[in-house]
Amino acid sequence: MAEEIKLMKGNEAIAHAAIRYGTDGYFGYPITPQSEILETLMAETPWEKTGMVVLQAESEVAAINMIYGGAASGKRVMTSSSSPGISLKQEGISYLAGADLPCLIVNVMRGGPGLGTIQPSQADYFQTVKGGGHGDYRLITLAPSSVQEMADFVSLGFDLAFTYANPCMILADGIIGQMMEKVILPPYRKRKTEAEIREESPWAAQGKPKGRKPNIVTSLELDPALMEEKNNRFQAKYRKIEETEVRYEEFHCEDAEYLLLAFGSSARICQKAVELARLEGIRLGLLRPITLWPFPKVIIEAYSHKVKGMLSVELNAGQMVEDVRLAVNGKVKVEHFGRLGGIVFTPDEILVALKEKIITHE
Amino acid sequence: MELTDIIKPENLVYDKPELMNDNSMHYCPGCSHGVIHKLVAEVIADMGMEEKTIGVSPVGCAVFAYNYLDIDWVEAAHGRAPAVATALKRLNKDRMVFTYQGDGDLAAIGTAETIHAANRGENIVIIFVNNAIYGMTGGQMAPTTLEGMPTSTCPYGRDIALNGYPLKISNLLAQLEGTCYVTRQSVQTAAAVRKAKKSLRKAFENAMSGKGTSIVEFVSTCSSGWKMTPEQSNKWMEEHMFPFYPLGDLKNVE
Repeated sequence: MAEEIKLMKGNEAIAHAAIRYGTDGYFGYPITPQSEILETLMAETPWEKTGMVVLQAESEVAAINMIYGGAASGKRVMTSSSSPGISLKQEGISYLAGADLPCLIVNVMRGGPGLGTIQPSQADYFQTVKGGGHGDYRLITLAPSSVQEMADFVSLGFDLAFTYANPCMILADGIIGQMMEKVILPPYRKRKTEAEIREESPWAAQGKPKGRKPNIVTSLELDPALMEEKNNRFQAKYRKIEETEVRYEEFHCEDAEYLLLAFGSSARICQKAVELARLEGIRLGLLRPITLWPFPKVIIEAYSHKVKGMLSVELNAGQMVEDVRLAVNGKVKVEHFGRLGGIVFTPDEILVALKEKIITHE
Repeated sequence: MELTDIIKPENLVYDKPELMNDNSMHYCPGCSHGVIHKLVAEVIADMGMEEKTIGVSPVGCAVFAYNYLDIDWVEAAHGRAPAVATALKRLNKDRMVFTYQGDGDLAAIGTAETIHAANRGENIVIIFVNNAIYGMTGGQMAPTTLEGMPTSTCPYGRDIALNGYPLKISNLLAQLEGTCYVTRQSVQTAAAVRKAKKSLRKAFENAMSGKGTSIVEFVSTCSSGWKMTPEQSNKWMEEHMFPFYPLGDLKNVE
């Protein structure tokens, strides 16, 4: 079937995109505000249409370990959850990274810490891009700011995960997950055949044909010299991703005197703030990181020579702002503006914060 | 009679299974794992499933099971092997998938994954090696440690008031609708080994015929952890473990 235009929630778009992409398996556990992903998949019965396996696991812990098992056999598998559930998945994510396993994980963030709130937040930035689980690993992180990108990033996320044999996360939030927008759903793709999987992932544990060595999927290596070698290989992979896969979007940046930095739903609100600022004659631009890791530090550094100040606008107490400051390295003033606990800022609030924190302090 | 007259295939009483390689095992002398590994290797080969089998190794002494059996393996996080095996089997329906887990892995940290995989009736085999102690980490108390049995974290013996009761998890699993076969075996004598092999074969056949989850518990020894000789361990197992964990089928749906 060809592509289709629909009106739906971000969560529903992810589910439909996953089926159409040819995902082999989804394993998840219900949690607000992302339960529509599992619900939509179950209602669509993709096992009858594409052969996709969908299973409600007994916990987020079980779900991420099902992902580990599925990915270990070379299949395209995904899970989704929201912040507290993603915390539970961190051990599994570390194992996936430590075993070079490609997979897709969706986090539709809600406010924390603890059980927190079911309202939207972006407070899992640190957890996602700085590690979350144990050990020196990185998670390719895509931050969608529209329902369209929720759909598009399923395919992009899987492609990146398989290109680099690394887990990839779609870091969304409750706004993007719950809001309805027009979305163009991609055409249906066939799931990979067993022969294709063998060719694409010769390391996969699928049963050992005669003549080939056993495929062993593990993150364990007790010999410290070999473990260091393995870590060095991971780091080389991460440097390659940093060089190759940075993605961002610029909005009215060409003549900007001031720059907003925001990802996901915050970037949508910041677009309006930019328009309001320009009505007042303030030359404001917006730089939206699409990949949070790898972080677009080169372009941010470049803007630090052009603008008078930057404001990192986030639904948290100041997380991405630290990476912006590292990129800028003191060359220009960088401040943070955020709302917490599920409260979402208005464009006006952002403009006021820009004036108070950046413009009046020049 | 010359030696060459004796060395003939028809006179062979024992050989190394083809699936077992020559890597020297890290298991301690007297440990049950070696024999159980061998049985698994034999059953897979007997069934002609060498190319279709995926093993899931645990965290614990058997973490390195993948070093000894030449099949494809996935090494799971502690306790999560049944979840890993669930996806492996569901996504690769014609494959024979088994987990190989110790008592800490299966009956403590992995209790939820074990019970739910069994309750869903996943078509997998769970091989459960119960030696009543944490071997890999140096002899700490396990969920299956017997009352009064000393370990490094209950040096004066397991105190029920403090630590609760040893967990008969196979009995619990036998209650679940999803399990088709739950049996308790041992490998301390030739007769026991032969019997255990039949049980393993039945379990693997169940998995391939889609009957549900099969659990083969091996009541086992841990000479190092128990601080006994292999011979003393076998005797102690027979005298103390077997009365609490009696051998035999707990469930067998034909």
